[in-house]
Amino acid sequence: MNHPFAITLDVGTSRANHTGAWRTERPVYVSLRPPCAEGCPAGEDVREWLRDAEDGETGYERAWRRIMETNPFPAVMGRICYHPCESACNRGSLDEAVGINAVERFLGDEALRHRWSVTAVRPPSGRRALVVGAGPAGLSAAYHLARLGHDVTVADAAPEPGGMMRYGIPAYRLPRDVLDAEIERIVGLGVTLRLDSPVADLEAELHDGRFDAAFLAVGAQLGRRTYLPAGSAARVLDAVELLHDVSEGDRPLLGRRVAVYGGGNTAMDAARTVRRLGAEDAVVVYRRTRDRMPAHPSEVAEAEAEGVRFTWLSTVTDVDDDGLTIERMELDENGFPQPTGTFEHLAADSLVLALGQDTDLRFLDGMAGLESVDGVLSVDDTLMTGRPGLFAGGDMVPDVRSATYAVGHGRRAAASIDTWLRGELPGSDSPGEPATYDRLHTWYYTDAPRSHRPVLEAARRASTFDEVVRGLDAETALDEARRCLSCGTCFACDNCFGMCPDDAVIKTDDPAAPYVIDLDYCKGCGICAAECPAGAITMVREED
Amino acid sequence: MREQIEGSRAIARTVARCRPNVVAAYPISPQTHIVEELSDLVRSGELDRCEYLTVESEFAAMSACIGAAAVGARAYTASASQGLLYMAEAVYNAAGLGLPIVMTVANRAIGAPINIWNDHSDSMALRDAGWIQLHAASAQEAVDLHLQAFVLAERLSLPVMVCMDGFVLTHAVEEVEVPLQEDADRFVPPFVPRQALDPDAPVTIGAMVGPEAFTEVRYLVQRHLSGALHVLPEVAYDFHRRFGRRAGGLVSAYRAQNADTVLVTIGSAAGAAHEVVDQLRGRGIAAGSLAVTCFRPWPADAVRTALAGARQVIVVERAFSPGSGSILGRDVRDALPDRTEVIEVVAGLGGRPVRRAGLLRLVEDVQAYRIRPGRLHFLDLDRGLLARATAGEEGP
Amino acid sequence: MSESRLYQIGTFGVGNRLLTPEDQTVQAGSDRPRSITRGHRACRGCGEALGARFVLDSAVRAAGRDLVTVNATGCLEVFSSPYPESAWQVPWLHSLFGNAPAVASGMAAGLKALGRETRVVGQAGDGGTVDIGFACLSGMFERDDDVLFVCYDNQGYMNTGVQRSGATPPAARTATTSELGDPPGARFGQGKFVPLIAMAHDIPYVATASVADLHDLERKVGRAMQLHGARYLHVLVPCPLGWAADSADTVRLARLATESGMFPLFEAERGEITAVTPIRRQVPVDDYLRLQGRYAHLFGEHPRPDLVRRIQAAADRNITRFGLRGAAS
Repeated sequence: MNHPFAITLDVGTSRANHTGAWRTERPVYVSLRPPCAEGCPAGEDVREWLRDAEDGETGYERAWRRIMETNPFPAVMGRICYHPCESACNRGSLDEAVGINAVERFLGDEALRHRWSVTAVRPPSGRRALVVGAGPAGLSAAYHLARLGHDVTVADAAPEPGGMMRYGIPAYRLPRDVLDAEIERIVGLGVTLRLDSPVADLEAELHDGRFDAAFLAVGAQLGRRTYLPAGSAARVLDAVELLHDVSEGDRPLLGRRVAVYGGGNTAMDAARTVRRLGAEDAVVVYRRTRDRMPAHPSEVAEAEAEGVRFTWLSTVTDVDDDGLTIERMELDENGFPQPTGTFEHLAADSLVLALGQDTDLRFLDGMAGLESVDGVLSVDDTLMTGRPGLFAGGDMVPDVRSATYAVGHGRRAAASIDTWLRGELPGSDSPGEPATYDRLHTWYYTDAPRSHRPVLEAARRASTFDEVVRGLDAETALDEARRCLSCGTCFACDNCFGMCPDDAVIKTDDPAAPYVIDLDYCKGCGICAAECPAGAITMVREED
Repeated sequence: MREQIEGSRAIARTVARCRPNVVAAYPISPQTHIVEELSDLVRSGELDRCEYLTVESEFAAMSACIGAAAVGARAYTASASQGLLYMAEAVYNAAGLGLPIVMTVANRAIGAPINIWNDHSDSMALRDAGWIQLHAASAQEAVDLHLQAFVLAERLSLPVMVCMDGFVLTHAVEEVEVPLQEDADRFVPPFVPRQALDPDAPVTIGAMVGPEAFTEVRYLVQRHLSGALHVLPEVAYDFHRRFGRRAGGLVSAYRAQNADTVLVTIGSAAGAAHEVVDQLRGRGIAAGSLAVTCFRPWPADAVRTALAGARQVIVVERAFSPGSGSILGRDVRDALPDRTEVIEVVAGLGGRPVRRAGLLRLVEDVQAYRIRPGRLHFLDLDRGLLARATAGEEGP
Repeated sequence: MSESRLYQIGTFGVGNRLLTPEDQTVQAGSDRPRSITRGHRACRGCGEALGARFVLDSAVRAAGRDLVTVNATGCLEVFSSPYPESAWQVPWLHSLFGNAPAVASGMAAGLKALGRETRVVGQAGDGGTVDIGFACLSGMFERDDDVLFVCYDNQGYMNTGVQRSGATPPAARTATTSELGDPPGARFGQGKFVPLIAMAHDIPYVATASVADLHDLERKVGRAMQLHGARYLHVLVPCPLGWAADSADTVRLARLATESGMFPLFEAERGEITAVTPIRRQVPVDDYLRLQGRYAHLFGEHPRPDLVRRIQAAADRNITRFGLRGAAS
């Protein structure tokens, strides 16, 4: 023996002492539901695709493909989605929400630039599905059904696919080449597109086409009217029609002064469109106040920047040759507008009505088992109507009306149809705990204010349908992705690994589970859980 | 080369020729001349590859030696008296860790009352520290023991304390032969540590040991230190072969064979004892003397052999255990058969010289049974002074 | 494309899969030296075990593994080296409670005499540094011996059962400064802050650090290892046992100590402060004190807001004195 007995020891021999026996609690890695994904009507796993994007160039395609698992329109959504994910984003409680939508657009545009495409995930099933309506809901359903191996036919009354994405949303928000390219990718999966093909008799269509299931997504195309005293010479038209016509290349004559009646996003689209059509004065008449407008604040702000005026607390009571008579309103204690009996005159050459839209359900007349309430079709949790095998979604079912919700309906319906076609019962999701802000350890995150997308100069906007909001450059998009807090899931920050006093966390090479607790040595102190930025470790009592 | 030289300087030069890598020094009388001379030798470059640390205390001095020895460097320090006690904790520690440090102790009394002169209270207080403790009878032997100390320490992985009487040996100028560098180099091989802190072969030195193994550790200390008793004579033999001088070993007997009465001394008192023995032999009295060179480990067998023929053994030492009795005397008594009379004597405390006359009177008193065994005897006690000091005190 | 410099966590956490290897902390690497490895017997949540691995791993990395250490008696020594098991993987020596700086001096001297480049790190708790080891520490400093000495400050004699040391803060309860009496806990106006005393030696480098700011700590160890001569690093290491705190709160407490101003983070070279780590999100001392049972008597049935105010005043003084109001202002 070279070493003096007992006084001199060999190094690292403490590993024989398994301190894990001291433990009363053990750390467990968990994955909580992040608010962004919770808030995404399309069902995107936002946190996960942001994580892919955080890797930069090597991760963009992965990120895009992860979006494509749920939403076939990243470039479109990155432009028109009102991003409820950002409203839900935990980072909003820290500084500003992550610019998820901007990153999505960046990824969507990257995909178009690189011509990335997707393929089916399952072999052909031999089953046939009909989709009625080539809007966001219908195309989304078609995309997912096709990837699941089903033979899909999409029928639409219009000459071009896209529904409201084409005929409702102005080109300055959604350039048509972007829309075309993303639809083209769906068609490329083998989807049969039948345009100029309104479905008048669904029963016959299903029978003749030997369809095993169908998804209805005809949208809400009918502009809602309001009673206005007749005899007016001034031009009164419907916002839906106006936007449709403009999208087909028409430039309707509206005069110098145009009033838009309504306070939703369609009203904003209409007002901004008439400015571009040459109206010197575009004024939005709305019966309540700005903070009660249903339109998205960004739309209101952009409209204002383009010179659109607003007349709050006003209803149109009469239309005459010179313009409109409006009655001033006031809000009662419940926030509802009440007439005051005070009237004003507003000079206008035309009036655009943007008071909401209705669905035309006449093509379903006579079909057994269907039920509609308040003008929309009733469906169950799986989006199936009262008739087995017949599903519906988008604006024609009771839910929030937006392209993003529609895309989500399409995906959910496709999953339901797939399950139904395979004769299975719908599974029930067992969602985990939500990753609330208080579970995060925000100390660790780098201070990083949000990067905002550049916008076209206001002076040019009044005369052109060029896209207003530009995309992020690559570096900014990467920074924005990296602002993500990865709420509720491990993002391999090494805090647990680095801060374990007992060196009882093992780093793996598995990106899905970057760390393993070495229970032979973990004493259960809880530092890893306390210092996990994302709240992705929880302490669990050891069984006695 | 023989020269007239102060003992301290002779020690310093000898230590330098043993090529220590680290000298840690904190001044205390009567050790100062040793570390001053070493400082000069380092600064002048005569002693190279050596770091001279002017530490802030004796505790730090021994601690620095521990650190140096632990990384495989040859380490040396010197101290005395209060300083030795101040470093006591580290002195024990160095032995426990088995670090081959060499330390000179310029023996000096311990206060209070403060006293800078010679006795052995300091080194005796650390006799259980686990060091090899050697005592020099002369400046020359002190020189020779230092050469042997480095060899012993490194061969055994044990620290060695070389004790020399303060002032008596440290400050006297005598003719001394200080070894030449080439001779020292031939006698003291390069230091190959038994263990050292080495980043290429890391070890943990200084573990905490609990009841399950502490006794065994201490048993091994006893075995190892006792085993050194076989090595000491070998080194002394080797030294004699190379230098032609007898020095070191365990004990040094003088006319002790067939002696009836033997004076046992430790340290510089040996010289006076030789003279007394010669005087007694001149009178036809069968006297002899025995100098204890190695006090720890205790060479009981060598002492017994050397004193085998003695009827009376008078142990004269410069320290005692207050409230108990002698220290060296007890060890000697333990080593001898019951029939041998052992008289335990304290002499030369706090710098009082141990003279021929006193020793001669001592032997006469013993032979006349005026001093009997079994009770600690203080030599040359000033009864008058004592009477004045205790006047008015109630006796016990 | 220029590489983004923003990472989800870059400055305050241990690592990040997105960082380049040179920007990663030593602790983030699977190949970290593990100078003190698993199986040691430190209490659950021990800040000192964490601090020792943080410091030594980065020192080992900086020294290219060519490093030896000495450790004073104390918790770290006891929990890491009970026969027959050692948790150390670096060459390590334990000698005594009060002599670690002097042993380190001797190591440095010996290595220099042997012509070796091996670096020396001394380690001790606050007792071994600011109290019993203080003379040796000061001696090592004034001689400018080539030693990095690290004090793991847990503000008391924890190994012996939580008694007061010269680093115990006012009002803290220990076994020798109980909450009985008035004022309860350790007395105000006592105690010393050794980093400032170290600076008074005009040594090449003095820094404070905490286990809550790993990048800062590793950078300071790195800086210390670039220099030669006497260097001192004083690391705050919360002690769940002695502070009567939850074992999960160790890093949190270290962070709150700095964010409240109670423990300033700074570095000094040759006696002059060269940098401070500004408070990022200032918190009242309340936030720090309330997590610790050793201050429970300030908030219990008979609360002592007057004493909390005195502690806050001391923190405020630190903030002013060291200029800690950076990001927080």
